[in-house]
Amino acid sequence: MTSEATSRSALSEFADNLRAAPRRIRETAFRSGTPNTDRTRSTFVFGNVFLHLHSVRVHRWSLRWLTTAGLGIASVAAFLITLVTGVLLMFYYKPYPDVAYASIKDIHFVVPTGRFMRNIHRWAANVMVVTVILHMARVFYTAAYRSPREFNWLIGLALFVTTLGLSFTGYLLPWDQLAFWATTIGANIAQSPREVTDALGVTDIFDPGGIQRLLLLGSDTVGPEALIRFYLLHVMILPLVLTTLLAVHVWRIRKDGGLAKPVDADDRLGPLSQTYPVFTEAPAKTYHLAAVVRGRTEVVNRGPEQTVPSMPHLFYAELAVAMLTVAVCLALALVSDAPLKEVANPLVPENPAKAPWYFLGLQELVSFSAFMGGIGIPAIVILGLALIPYLDREDQQTGDWFGGPGGWRLVQRSIVVGLGSVLALEAVAIRFGWLREWFPDIPQLVVTLVNPATILTLVYGAYSVWLMRRHASARAGALGLFTCFLCGFLVLTIIGTYFRGPNWVFYWSPADWPRH
Amino acid sequence: MTTLAREPRSRLDPEPMSRRDMLGLSSLWMTAGSLLFALVGALRLPKAAVLDSPNKKVRLSLPEALAAGTSFVPAGRSMAVFRDAEGVFAISTVCTHLGCIVKPTAEGFECPCHGSRFAADGSVTRGPAPQPLRWLKVSASGGQWVVDEAAIVPAGTKVNA
Repeated sequence: MTSEATSRSALSEFADNLRAAPRRIRETAFRSGTPNTDRTRSTFVFGNVFLHLHSVRVHRWSLRWLTTAGLGIASVAAFLITLVTGVLLMFYYKPYPDVAYASIKDIHFVVPTGRFMRNIHRWAANVMVVTVILHMARVFYTAAYRSPREFNWLIGLALFVTTLGLSFTGYLLPWDQLAFWATTIGANIAQSPREVTDALGVTDIFDPGGIQRLLLLGSDTVGPEALIRFYLLHVMILPLVLTTLLAVHVWRIRKDGGLAKPVDADDRLGPLSQTYPVFTEAPAKTYHLAAVVRGRTEVVNRGPEQTVPSMPHLFYAELAVAMLTVAVCLALALVSDAPLKEVANPLVPENPAKAPWYFLGLQELVSFSAFMGGIGIPAIVILGLALIPYLDREDQQTGDWFGGPGGWRLVQRSIVVGLGSVLALEAVAIRFGWLREWFPDIPQLVVTLVNPATILTLVYGAYSVWLMRRHASARAGALGLFTCFLCGFLVLTIIGTYFRGPNWVFYWSPADWPRH
Repeated sequence: MTTLAREPRSRLDPEPMSRRDMLGLSSLWMTAGSLLFALVGALRLPKAAVLDSPNKKVRLSLPEALAAGTSFVPAGRSMAVFRDAEGVFAISTVCTHLGCIVKPTAEGFECPCHGSRFAADGSVTRGPAPQPLRWLKVSASGGQWVVDEAAIVPAGTKVNA
């Protein structure tokens, strides 16, 4: 009898447990209970592996539109869009020459929503390049790279390079004329250290260019080996690198004490209209996690009143930016189709053969010297950007737009210098040609070292050194240099996009292009 | 400055390394070393040992009417073959700048990608190309000609049957 009672109670307990299972699953998923108070929301953010990349509370300054313009989150959103649409495209894409072209055509014309997905993928990639560049400019102009955020600036640079790498590797995959010739040019830029080793006559014993090209192409021509390598880089290696770096990048924002803000941010914001009591009792002493979170703390003699819980304030802001990014990508994808030219023909390049728009500035530079334009100057620019936070150790006006000696007026003057010198050099090179036309027998090493691209870099460098001496401040020099390089990039990209025609000759308008 | 062993150690001084730590650290470094070695070995894989390139030699017969200064481009090859009074010669049409295919014109060659121009003998006349176009080895073979794209000869080398 007792055994029967036990078995019945075991059965009813089982039934109770079964009934309670959905509730218990919900409870165990949200370890701290339903996030419906500031306290439970905080523990929810803290305990969630994805959300805890954010801090639990966020300063009101970080939520102002003018602080970030949401550019970082827009970049992340664009990346997520390419991730989703990219995985969808992988259902049909086949990475083998000519078959690849046919599969893209299938995606475009046959696959349900295929054309739309490919358009979104392409536009999100473009949006990502734009937002990443603007995000970098925002961080630079608000001096947010300063201590303790120096290393996060370096990670940001690595993310920028990875973004460009993803764009470039994605370019080969359709195996159309554009793809084939952009890749041929890219692989030969990787080989361009030969321009120097050949001139020095040491290529036989020391050939870094040849090895780079061989590793990239897996062959001595752009063929099936190159396509599978670019595919692997595009869908596996670079996304993994980018995701890893991205996690560290966002995590470090939190660990470096949130977004950079001016010292007097609290006073400028004024008191909160609605108070969020952080401590239920008035604190007898101030608490802060000085040993865990770096950076200065303003929490002296007052609670962190100027902070609000990340959930929901920060998350709503992020969602809004993400939705805006999605909307922009969808709108662009509806308006404009991703291009697909004729199938790749290794015997006849397009004329003109143009890279994607964000590489046309580089293409303009390599039309002066392959090595300097493709490797030398980009390396100098990346190195210069990487050193900025370690050379500018000042602390005035961190977190202010165009903060630093000279300020916005200095940036305006730098825009004039930056635009003026690039336009002048381009005008000379377009109107009169360059050394090779004047002295046909000139050694290649001289052309490599002295060309419009290197002179432009030197002018910008000299101007920045002059600014640094004049204002006795490294920040002033950095402001000038960054502005100049941005202007140079802009002008070269515009010239490459709109004013270069067949045989890379300058034309005021495509209407002037020769018919054949 | 040497410190005597018996001198009292401050709490702030780093502790001397014990034998256990020494052994632990060296095995840690050995692990790192062997992982690095394995990584280098693994990276040997992507560097292809055998290339999938097609045959570099092409056999061709020139048209009888080929005038001096006019180019003959064999189907599927990036080269231009010429015949003049001194003999037959072949010039590669792969641009020495970034590998685009140059187009033979009346004056020489022009590159569509970055605007390099070459004279009829392949020497650079303008643009970014660092070197003249390459001359390829031509040999006569039973009334036909064989051009070897892998063999580069000095500019001006012309061959008679």
